[in-house]
Amino acid sequence: MAELARTELFDLHVELGGKMVPFAGYEMPVQYPMGVLKEHLHTRQAAGLFDVGHMGQVLLHPKTDMDALIAGFEAMMPVAVAGLAEGRQRYGLFTNDIGGIIDDLMFANRGDHFFVVVNAGCKEGDIAHMTKHLADVATVTPVTDRALLALQGPGAEDAISGMIHAVMAMRFMDVITAHSVFGELWISRSGYTGEDGFEISVPNSGALGLAKALLAHPSVAPIGLGARDSLRLEAGLCLYGHDMDTTVTPVEANLGWAIQKSRRTGGDRAGGFPGAATILAQLENGPAKLRVGLLPDGRAPMREGVELFDTATGGTAIGRVTSGGFGPSIDAPIAMGFVPTALATTGTQLWGEVRGKRLPVTVASLPFRPSTFKR
Amino acid sequence: MMKYTEDHEWLRVEGDLVVVGITEHAATQLGDVVFVELPEIETMVATGDEVVVIESVKAASDILAPVDGEIVEVNDKLSDSPGLVNDDATGDAWFFKMKLDDMSVLDAFMSEDEYNDFIG
Repeated sequence: MAELARTELFDLHVELGGKMVPFAGYEMPVQYPMGVLKEHLHTRQAAGLFDVGHMGQVLLHPKTDMDALIAGFEAMMPVAVAGLAEGRQRYGLFTNDIGGIIDDLMFANRGDHFFVVVNAGCKEGDIAHMTKHLADVATVTPVTDRALLALQGPGAEDAISGMIHAVMAMRFMDVITAHSVFGELWISRSGYTGEDGFEISVPNSGALGLAKALLAHPSVAPIGLGARDSLRLEAGLCLYGHDMDTTVTPVEANLGWAIQKSRRTGGDRAGGFPGAATILAQLENGPAKLRVGLLPDGRAPMREGVELFDTATGGTAIGRVTSGGFGPSIDAPIAMGFVPTALATTGTQLWGEVRGKRLPVTVASLPFRPSTFKR
Repeated sequence: MMKYTEDHEWLRVEGDLVVVGITEHAATQLGDVVFVELPEIETMVATGDEVVVIESVKAASDILAPVDGEIVEVNDKLSDSPGLVNDDATGDAWFFKMKLDDMSVLDAFMSEDEYNDFIG
């Protein structure tokens, strides 16, 4: 097995009692002594600090001009890049020729360049993919001298605004550059929990200092990957490799909202991205299957891999759970999975087979818990 | 007197019954328990049978029958309050009570000191 990488904050995790596990090639804390359940609730009630330094940070600098970079980047995704104002971030999706999702990402227009954050497990592939497709228009530079922290929860603004006053003026998906004693920070008001909060790119040399300064705030606790997963599941957010992969289109993954009108049939920059024929047809006619929320009627969690049926006995599986567990803020088991579109209506009664027993589960709307972004 | 298994169960003799639960060490390893599926009473079980399913925030785990016998009582409180397993693993959070043909089989299990050595 390849040796696991460590983020800049590895020693801090160990010092804080983090239970380290392999994740996407890194040794990451799955939980701290507080435990997954309390870490989850703490993030929703106060503020949680997450080390997301395993994720890929990438800079795209134009070779000639930003317009050419924008056009080239837009040709990789069904998402509008043109029109994204300077200082704003957007959710993107790299697609393949059959319309499947290569990865999902965040990209920010930082004036004379784009800053991109991609999933840890996909970053090598994404960097190669961007380098190839943007060869004529951009220099693709993986950022290796910076850590990435996420500060999430209703107390996030208060915890960081003492250090960085400018965050108070930020709205959801705004990005700023801020100067601090920890070096130049690239801050976005976004996250992966459904909570208001920030993601902060910080030079490696300042990462430990920034993390400790934030943890010194009484409302901030360190949060591990376990709670990160239950928080994003309650927020109805996809996990790459589970709820989306190269065989699932953005429309099937219920991410049609991420495809702006300008890129859809009839739009002024319609199509022109990998898999456009499939994706545009699915937007017009509806996909055959759809990602939905699933609320088990009982208390037994339905985890990834649980097969779904439309009858209490007999029949063949009509779908499968792709993410599932317990939602601490819902105080109930929650899941997401793919079902035929005809069975995707909220309220549809299905059954999930858990340990050989068919247990009732109801199709639910996502998110399970409304987001609290600062719009 | 408590006896302990290598699967981190504790066994406590109560009259002619054996009460079974999991140790605090096991509860800590499992993480926050959110669901417990208990066996039917009056079920005959054999050593190694999966009799209880515990779901924590992290994963599902089984509790195996430590000995042959009959399940005569289960702790229904765990259905409504699975978190008891984390709060009071060796007390209120017992899982089931068994009737054994031969109580002497318990002699083979670890004492508290032996179990503490076992988990290091």
